[in-house]
This record gives sequence, structure tokens and C-alpha cells, in this order.
Amino acid sequence: MKEWSFDAVIIGGGVTGCAVARELSRYSLRTALVEREEDVCSGTSKANSAIVHAGHDAVPGSVKARFNIEGNRMMGELAKELDFEFERNGSLILCFAEEDRPALTELYNKGVKNGVPDLKIITGDEARAMEPNVSDAVVAALYAPTGGIVCPFGLTIALAENACDNGVEFLFNTEVKNVVRTDAGYDLETADGVIHTTYVVNAAGVYADEIHNMVSERKLHITPRKGDYCLLDKEAGSHVKHTIFQLPGKLGKGILVTPTIHGNLLTGPTAKDIGDKEATATTAEELAKIMEKGSVSVKNVPFRQVITSFSGLRAHEDGDDFIVGEAQDAPGFFDAAGIESPGLTSAPAIGAYLAEKVAKKAGAGKKADWNGRRKGFVRPEKLSTEERAALIKERPEYGTIICRCEGVSEGEIIDAINRTLGAVSLDGIKRRVRQGMGRCQAGFCTPRTMEILARERGMEMEDICKNAPGSNMLTGQK
Amino acid sequence: MAKHDIVIIGGGPAGLAAAVAARRAGIQDILILERDGCLGGILNQCIHNGFGLHTFKEELTGPEYAARYIEMVEEEKIPYKLNTMVIDINKDKQVTVINREDGLTTIQAKAIILAMGCRERPRGALNIPGYRPAGIYSAGTAQRLMNIEGFSVGKEVVILGSGDIGLIMARRMTLEGAKVKVVAELMPYSGGLKRNIVQCLDDYGIPLKLSHTVVNIEGKERVTGITIAEVGPDRKPIPGTEEHYSCDTLLLSVGLIPENELSRSIGIRMSRITSGPEVNDQLETSTEGVFACGNVLHVHDLVDYVSEEATLAGINAAEYVKSGQEKDNAHLVELKAENGVRYTVPQTLDINNMQEKVTVRFRVADVYKDRYISVYYDGVQISKKKKKVLAPGEMEQVVLKKDSFGQYPDLKNIVICTEVE
Amino acid sequence: METRELICIGCPLGCPLTVRVDGENVDVSGNTCKRGDDYARKEVLSPTRIVTSSVHVKGGELEMVSVKTKEDIPKGKIFEIMDEIRKITVNAPVSIGDVVIENAAGTGIPVIATKNVAGV
Repeated sequence: MKEWSFDAVIIGGGVTGCAVARELSRYSLRTALVEREEDVCSGTSKANSAIVHAGHDAVPGSVKARFNIEGNRMMGELAKELDFEFERNGSLILCFAEEDRPALTELYNKGVKNGVPDLKIITGDEARAMEPNVSDAVVAALYAPTGGIVCPFGLTIALAENACDNGVEFLFNTEVKNVVRTDAGYDLETADGVIHTTYVVNAAGVYADEIHNMVSERKLHITPRKGDYCLLDKEAGSHVKHTIFQLPGKLGKGILVTPTIHGNLLTGPTAKDIGDKEATATTAEELAKIMEKGSVSVKNVPFRQVITSFSGLRAHEDGDDFIVGEAQDAPGFFDAAGIESPGLTSAPAIGAYLAEKVAKKAGAGKKADWNGRRKGFVRPEKLSTEERAALIKERPEYGTIICRCEGVSEGEIIDAINRTLGAVSLDGIKRRVRQGMGRCQAGFCTPRTMEILARERGMEMEDICKNAPGSNMLTGQK
Repeated sequence: MAKHDIVIIGGGPAGLAAAVAARRAGIQDILILERDGCLGGILNQCIHNGFGLHTFKEELTGPEYAARYIEMVEEEKIPYKLNTMVIDINKDKQVTVINREDGLTTIQAKAIILAMGCRERPRGALNIPGYRPAGIYSAGTAQRLMNIEGFSVGKEVVILGSGDIGLIMARRMTLEGAKVKVVAELMPYSGGLKRNIVQCLDDYGIPLKLSHTVVNIEGKERVTGITIAEVGPDRKPIPGTEEHYSCDTLLLSVGLIPENELSRSIGIRMSRITSGPEVNDQLETSTEGVFACGNVLHVHDLVDYVSEEATLAGINAAEYVKSGQEKDNAHLVELKAENGVRYTVPQTLDINNMQEKVTVRFRVADVYKDRYISVYYDGVQISKKKKKVLAPGEMEQVVLKKDSFGQYPDLKNIVICTEVE
Repeated sequence: METRELICIGCPLGCPLTVRVDGENVDVSGNTCKRGDDYARKEVLSPTRIVTSSVHVKGGELEMVSVKTKEDIPKGKIFEIMDEIRKITVNAPVSIGDVVIENAAGTGIPVIATKNVAGV
């Protein structure tokens, strides 16, 4: 059995945990992040709407409202610092009936109270002028120009890489089985040994209640709320330009239709409370619901062009708000629990807030050599013809296209494997450089990508996994 | 900028046959661009036999059939570039390509032959619910991993879709020691050849369940089981008919889609039914000097017909390069697919400039017994041929002769249809 | 006397055939044409198949070379032949037609390469 010692340990490598890690890396602390899976961004952070919410939904005065607004405000600058893709495409919240107008006005007022800038109620015709495919039934809409879209993998991985480059240690395939209070802080028990730490940040997603309840008598209870999504081909990506929400009304909670930062069209999520924290299976009923409800707000969504569907679990806490801060009866144990929507938006703000709290409690100063800048992946496709040609001359592997649909070269796949916190699985490569994320869904590029991963990591082909250990692609030599 | 008379995109069976034909028609300056590391395309992984009965009058395996054409290309000394991906073509017939050696370059072509083939429809396109574990493969991907890379992809297998690749893989995996538990097919008939059903399934006692589909996939890391259910006439699962199979692998053979991203990028007019370009009897697309053949044009069952079609495309591209222009006295007539005929290739015919004979290929919409295939010129029945059976899985053809149009100087349309009597 | 149900593979029609076998006497019904009769006779008296597979190559530019039985082999021998094929590895270079197994499962029929694999 092994033994580790740190000043601070973050449990969970989702976007929240990685944001905390990146912010904590500013301080002179020995910090680690432990993650159950083989890579960051493997739970809720990998399967959500990929939306940077403007901040009109949250109840004024709530923790959600505060971090949503702050996170939204931070996202632009962070995207530059960490070189990930983010765009303020603006969002429209559609109102379909005259009798729902008061609810739209209420939403507007909430947004104003929360501090969402530039909100505007527009007419149905104005909405249709902005988005020709919006339903004819729309009578009015709330326009939130600060709403945005982001790549959740890109954001999470950027935060993690930058944290790692600034000294945070990442322990993968490490599940915290128990947390025990000690004189010096906490012991985190894992299958491989014990991690001693003075401070804990609990960012364990749908398991944050269980982790919290190991040290606190003020119990939390998280219900996984499952949401299914359909992702459509890039050909359908320009069907709408803004993120289109439905005003919660007599039709129930709506389904959004949005372009993704990479140019696909995304619709979802459904909302179903379930007991099983591992049950990320889509169901026929929910997929049907997406098609039915998605069509309420946007005309002629080309559902024939669905390229994949997926499901994510939102960590819904009974109190219906984020729980962010030090547990009252467990000094040095900090929660980031109940982080459901708008968690992706809020993560940078939650990270900054918690890191400061931990550092203050530890009396830690800032590192002199901290570097908050991170260079993103080389994207040959985004270069000019001359630049791209020069790049291939220098590194010919950028000239071999492996994934046809997304135009991903061998060089990019090698980068995904070899850079900081490089990919160890096929999904890890996919989330970093989009190999296999296109319309053929890795039909052609799987064998080649497996070969590259095996070569770069010195692995046997049979040991290559889709994601977590046990998800082996092959069952042996022929 | 490099210049070539004919640039052929794709070095599979279509591209190879087109290249050989164009060379034999007198064009010296030809370049084949192939994205894989070798010529032959998907034939390389189709190691089963059954190819070439029409073309070579003998039964070959896929690699042998490919080798015959590769040999012809080598004999004709036709240049080709491997591991080379075309990333863009434009209306001026400039082809942007990328590879390790040359980097990113642009080639000016006088004519382009599109021969990019097709891809498999993935799970997502069917919206099959359930988990997303490892062990879900499109049949062709599994075929490549087994036959070319030499790995075993699974031990207990369920196959969705009874297209020929699915059937072939059922046998292949059985021969390599896997247990193929069932083949489920959404339609009430199989999309594969009878011969494959008998020799790939019946020979090994593998059940084929028609009108069935996968309704759930289980397993967090690797597939642990799947559920299939019977579907009604609306092809929706019937509650209560679910059957569970424990397995570690789900293979999908649920359709092929012509790969026309490049064709679309230059605005070639596409057929909604074939998902390939619309072409005239020269196999020329709506963009002058750009020809298409093989599975990028419409998905074939037999490679022999791909070679035949590609040969024609090669000859016509050569003619185009030599004359340097379109024929001026064109009399274009539309071919209409009606009453059970889903589409035709070509979609138009130039009755003034056509070859002596033009083969029109098509598929029917359903399984029909004892029907006629009829051809009408402006409403006048020209021919009818009795067929005992017609099935969507088997491509059909009629041959139109140039001299049959003599009496129709003002012909507007040609209808190809099925008829009961 | 034995009765067997077959599906004719002669054409897409796929006639359901009923074959009665009594020693050397074979009676076929259900067929629509002569091809069905021929197919059924062969299938009940001496069914044969071509076996195809691929085997590992040493020292070649490719990992595997595809192979087939040079001629039809008795259907009952398929798995025995597969066992033999699975055991072998061949050395590059390999040319189409090269014999990789002389006498597959005692049938007297060789297994041959169906692909050219150059050496490296």
C-alpha cells in the first residue's frame, strides 16, 4: 500500500475540480487532484449542454446566481489565458403563449436582479428575424447577448493542464473509498493506499454527498438527474446561431437547441431523477421526447442527421442550490457540491472562490513563478495555407489525416497523447482533438488511432481502452 | 501549381478502373489520390470470395480482385499518391491535397473523377438507446481490425443489420471462434444476398430475426448485453417482445452512405435518394468535367458493376479532356423512377450524344414478386421484362439503346417503373 | 429416407426447397427452375465451400496476409481447416497463389495466399 501527503487534495476531476486545481496552483501548497476515472472530464462535465449561461435562471441571492454571473463574466478572459474555444453567441428564451408573458417578464426581472447585462425582451417577429428557424408560435423572447457556448472538454482539459503545469499532481484511476478525520486534517482511503492531507475540496459530482457525509453530520443528499441529448451533424450546425431555450411553462421544462462551439447542432436535455449514479444510458422515451420538444421551438430540426446521442447526470441537491464553502462541522473540508446547471459556467468562479478560502486558511502565499497562460492544441485546420504547409514541412505527421470527418491529423493525435496530462484512452484523444467525433463516429479512424496510441505509449493493442480500465477495445490476438 | 489532365479521388475499385480506362482511352497525364496506405480500398479487408464473376469470369477474393486492377495500374504506369487526403476541391477543378511528403498543395485538373466510396452508418444515426461502452463496432471497422490488423474484436456477438457486411462478419467471427448469437434485421426482409444468408448464417446455425431491432445496450465499460425487440409495420418496437442476449460485442451493419463531403463543397447537385451526385449518361455531375462512379455515386452490391461503371467514367473523362468541352447539340432527357423504382443512375440521358447502349441502374423500394420492369418514353411503353422477384438489396438494370430513340425526336422523359401486370 | 429443407441461393427469389434423399435417389421439390434442382442435389450429396481467412506474416510490410482454400472443400471440414490456418505464420515476401498449407485437413486441397505482401 502506498502513502501520499499533500497540503490540499481535490476529489474529482470534473470542470469544478479542475478549476479549483488551477486556482489553487497559484499558491505555495502541495496540491493533488484525485480522480476515479482514467482522465479528467469523465463524469457530468463530459455530457451536458456546453452552455455558458447568461444568469437569468437562478433565484436572485442564491449561490447559483452569484457564481453563474461571475463565471460568465470570467469566461472570456479565461478563454484567452488558457486558449480554449468559447463564443458569446447569445441566447433566446422563447415564449409561446400570451398567457406566459408574465413568466417571461419575471425571468427578465430575475436576470436584471442577478446582474445579467444587456437583457432585452423582444417580439416574436424580432426573434424570427434573428433566427429564421424559430417557431411561428413564438410571441416574444428574452434575448441574453452574454450567453455563450464552450467546449466542456476544452475548458476542463485546459484548466487541468494549466494546474498540472503549475505543479498540481493528478492521481487517476483513484477512487476515494473513505474520508477519515485526523489530527492533522484528513486521510483519504483509496484502493492503492492512503492520502494524508490538511485540506480537502470535495468536487465529486454526483458523489459529492457521499464524500461530504463521510465527515459531516450535516448531511447532503444528491439525486442524479439524468439528461439525454442528441448531437447532429455539422451540416445541421447552422440551423440556429443562438442558443434557443424554451420558457418553462405549461409545456414543462423545455429542451434547448443550440449550435456547439465546433459547429454541430445539439438538442436536449431531458430531465429524469434516477436512483443510480452510474446510469448514463439513454432511453428510447427520452430520445423521442427530445425530438418532439426540440421541434416546439425550432422548425424543421433535421433529426435525420443525428450522429450520436448521449446522457449525463446532473448532481441535484435537495436544497436546490450549489453548496460551496467549508463544511460547518468539518474544518478544512470544503464542498463544491450540488453543482448542476449552471455548473460549467460557474466553475471558474467557484474555483477562484474556494482556492482563496483554502489558501487563506492555510496561510499560503502566491507562487512567484506561477504561469496562468496555457497554449492550446495546434489546430492545422485553423491555420492559413502557408502556415499549414510550413508546419507539415517541419512536422510531417501533421500531413497525415487520420480522422477524415473532423480532419484530425496524426500530429494532433500525438499531441493529445504526449502533452501535459496526455490522453491514455481513445475517449481521451477524442475529447482533446475531436478524433472520431464526426459523422462516421470513428468508423474509419479507430484502428489507426489505436495504433498511434499503442506506439506512443508503448502499449499492447489489446490493452487499449475506450475510456476506463475494463473498456478494452479488443479481446485478443486473432 | 501542379497540373494533371485527370485527377482521380480514391484508389479503391472505382478509382482504379476509372484510371485504367482513361489511360487506355489515350490520356497520359493521370493522378490517383488515395488516403489509405495502399491501393484497393475496402476490397483489401473483404477477404471472402465471390468477387469478379462478371468481370473476370472467376470467383476471386477481395484482395485478389483488387490486385488485378492494381496490376493494370502498375502496367499502365499510372502515378498515384498514397496516404494523401483531398481536403478541398473547387469549381475551377483545383484539388487541395495534404500528405506528409508534399505538405499542403493544390493541383489543377482538367477533369476530376470522384471515387471516394462510402462509409458505414454509425449507431448514432439510428439513435439506439442505452450505454456507450466499448465493443460496439460498425461491421467494416471490425472487419478491418480482424482481417488486416489481426485482432479479435469480441467473443460473444450480436449483429444488427443483415446487410452483406454484417452477414460476412457473422461467418468470419464464427470461424475465428466467436459465438454469434443472433442477427437482427429491422426490415421484414434481409438487405443481403441470399447466398450470404445461407452460407454465412444457415451454415453455422446463426438465427436471423427479421423485423427486429436493438432497443437497449448494456455495459458501462465493455458491452455486457443487448436487448432486441420485434418491430411492427411502423418499424417501432412492440412492447413485450423484448429478448435479452448477453454478449461483449455489438456489430452494426445498418447501411452505407456515399462519402460526398467534397462533392457538396463545390455545390454538385445531389440526389436525396442515393445521397450521391446526380449524373448524366456520361456519369458527369452537375459540375462540368467532374465525373463520379462507384459507391460515391450510389451504393453497389457487386464490385463488378463498380468496375464497369468506373470504366465508363474513365472513358468519358478522357473524352472530355480530349475535346476540352461539353457536347453542343445535347438533348437531355430526364429519367424518372416511378412505382416502386426508387431512383435511377444516371438521372439524365443525352440522347443525341449517348453511347450505343447505356446501362441504367436502379433499386426497388420493397420486395416484389412477379412484377414487370417497364420503360416508357413520353408515356409510351417501350419494353417490359418479367421478374420473379425484386428486392431492395439487389441492384437492377435496364439497357437503353441509342437507336431506340430514333422515333422520339422531341422526347421529354423516360420512365422506369415496376408494374403488376 | 431423409428430408431436408433448403433455401436456394441461385437467385434472389430464394425458393424454399424440400429435398428427399433415399440413398442415391434425390428428389427435389419447391424449386422454380433447374438451378434449384442442381443446387439442392449438390447441397445434400456433397456440400462444399471455399474457406477464407487471414494469417500473420513475419517480416512483411503488412501484419496479415489473406488466404483461401484453392478449391471448394467439403463443408464438414471447415473448422478443421480453420484450426490449421490459425496455427500458421508465414514469412514475407508472399505472393498471390503461394501455397501456405499443402494439404488442408487431408482434403488434398492447398490453402493459398490471396494477397501480395512485400518484405521489409
